[in-house]
Amino acid sequence: MGSPRLRLLVVALLGLVLALTLSLPWLKTPVLLALSNGLAVLGVIVLIRAGQVSFGHAMFACLAGYGVTFMARAWHLDALLLVALGTAGAALFGALIGVFMVRYRGIFFGMLNLAFSMVLFSMLGKFGGLTGGTDGLRFDRPTIGFVHLEREGFETALLFLALALAVLAGLAVQRYFTSVNGQALAAIKTNETRLEYLGISAKRVFWGGYVLSAAMCGLGGSLFALAQGLVTPEMGYWVRSGEVVFIAILGGAGHAVGAFIGAFVFEFVKLYAAALLTGAWQLALGLVLIVMVFVAPTGIFGLMETHLRAKAAPR
Amino acid sequence: MTTVPRGLLSTRGLSLKFGGVVAADGIDFDLMAGERLAVVGQNGAGKTTFINICTGYIKATSGQVFFDGAEVTGQSPRAITRRGLGRSFQLPQLFTEHTVRQCLLLAASAVQRKTGLWRALDQAVDADEVDATLELLQLSGRAHDLSGSLPEGQRKLLDVAMALVLRPKLMIMDEPTSGVSSDEKHQLMEVLMRALDERKVTSIFVEHDIDIVRRYATRLAAWIAGKVAADGKPEEVLRDPIVIKNVVGE
Repeated sequence: MGSPRLRLLVVALLGLVLALTLSLPWLKTPVLLALSNGLAVLGVIVLIRAGQVSFGHAMFACLAGYGVTFMARAWHLDALLLVALGTAGAALFGALIGVFMVRYRGIFFGMLNLAFSMVLFSMLGKFGGLTGGTDGLRFDRPTIGFVHLEREGFETALLFLALALAVLAGLAVQRYFTSVNGQALAAIKTNETRLEYLGISAKRVFWGGYVLSAAMCGLGGSLFALAQGLVTPEMGYWVRSGEVVFIAILGGAGHAVGAFIGAFVFEFVKLYAAALLTGAWQLALGLVLIVMVFVAPTGIFGLMETHLRAKAAPR
Repeated sequence: MTTVPRGLLSTRGLSLKFGGVVAADGIDFDLMAGERLAVVGQNGAGKTTFINICTGYIKATSGQVFFDGAEVTGQSPRAITRRGLGRSFQLPQLFTEHTVRQCLLLAASAVQRKTGLWRALDQAVDADEVDATLELLQLSGRAHDLSGSLPEGQRKLLDVAMALVLRPKLMIMDEPTSGVSSDEKHQLMEVLMRALDERKVTSIFVEHDIDIVRRYATRLAAWIAGKVAADGKPEEVLRDPIVIKNVVGE
């Protein structure tokens, strides 16, 4: 899809989200959750670029969420600072865990991530004195931009912050994809051997991508924690990691925009399916994914891209 | 202290066993700068194994490899490549979801030591070398096509081009004409050899076609059962009864 067309699409989507959220205030929470999910999906898309799928990346959102909570409870930091520190913390953990992860590919990579996430999940549940156990931890609403706001104002400010961060993160990830390291990351998917024979360390390139993906998940997790004012070990459960991969496939892993389209569709299908098919909302989500895999394996964004390309083609 | 042989590429006592199979049997070998060596031998003679050991893909059971005045035994492909040893493969190793030009830009980024998370690949890398190499290997017309969509002959050329952008001192090509029709073989070799001559790159190529060997090699080594059975000027080696019996055929 050409750049002007894509920019138009992004602006239209942003306008739509803002118009709907401001006219229907109850939408703020699901939109915030969709945006924070979208950021985590952005992280997973970075890895998919290298042909790798992680089934444990919710751990970075969870780590960032708990980091935000601990800092908010201990030092009453501002929300902007909490987001920055939560993201940096997730990136740091990504850098450490990534040292082990970059040695593995395919199913081993996916499952090793899952294993790490389950260790974290268990630890959060077991060390109840520190983590609040399975009930999790709550924290008071922090200031945002050093201004103390009531719940509604805080949600609105957080929504604008999340939208701005989503746009910036999307642009940054797309920029990364076109960069030297981003292109080398994509080369891991098709030919790691050749990459080594060019004198490029595939492991180092992949490690960089892994840290970026952890940071994106951390950013999403930080916003999620601020939106909820609560963190639980469920944030890092393997089902959450699966959901993130699900959303990446649903939205399309070919472009950052796909992450957010997928996150919004997922959030609203879940919301309405939960209301209309109580106890069977997973059925609706499963059916949506089955249809997507058969009809549009490149995801919703891939489908849109193909459609718009066909329209733009000379007749 | 190890004495470094004076060849551009040298091996001493290079051996490798896969279980009971001897893939390399104490090979002592020297390649001088400026030579164009053809390697012939039946399948399983150990030609590719020798290349794989020299380029760091597999480790020898014993013996030493020297390249450009330094011992490179056991070093990684990345380290050996950085010393100036380029290679192509029997099955071209391409980035099939990148365009032809992007493949070369990535290679150029490696040799120019360009890394980065922000500047686009085509802006970060000085593309003069890339464009010159595309021209040299007659790939300019396919520059913006996906490398995975190329016909076999052009895939072979791109495989060499990616290594050539690294400005190697030595290029090792594993069966550069395999999978290419007999009509195209000579044309392909003409392009490859002209490119290597222009860049003043010493070369080794594994080849089964004796006509190609006669035409393009300045030296010939015949591999039999993990050993260099004959080595010298192509016409002399091709007259060797052992080579006629085991490699060329009556």
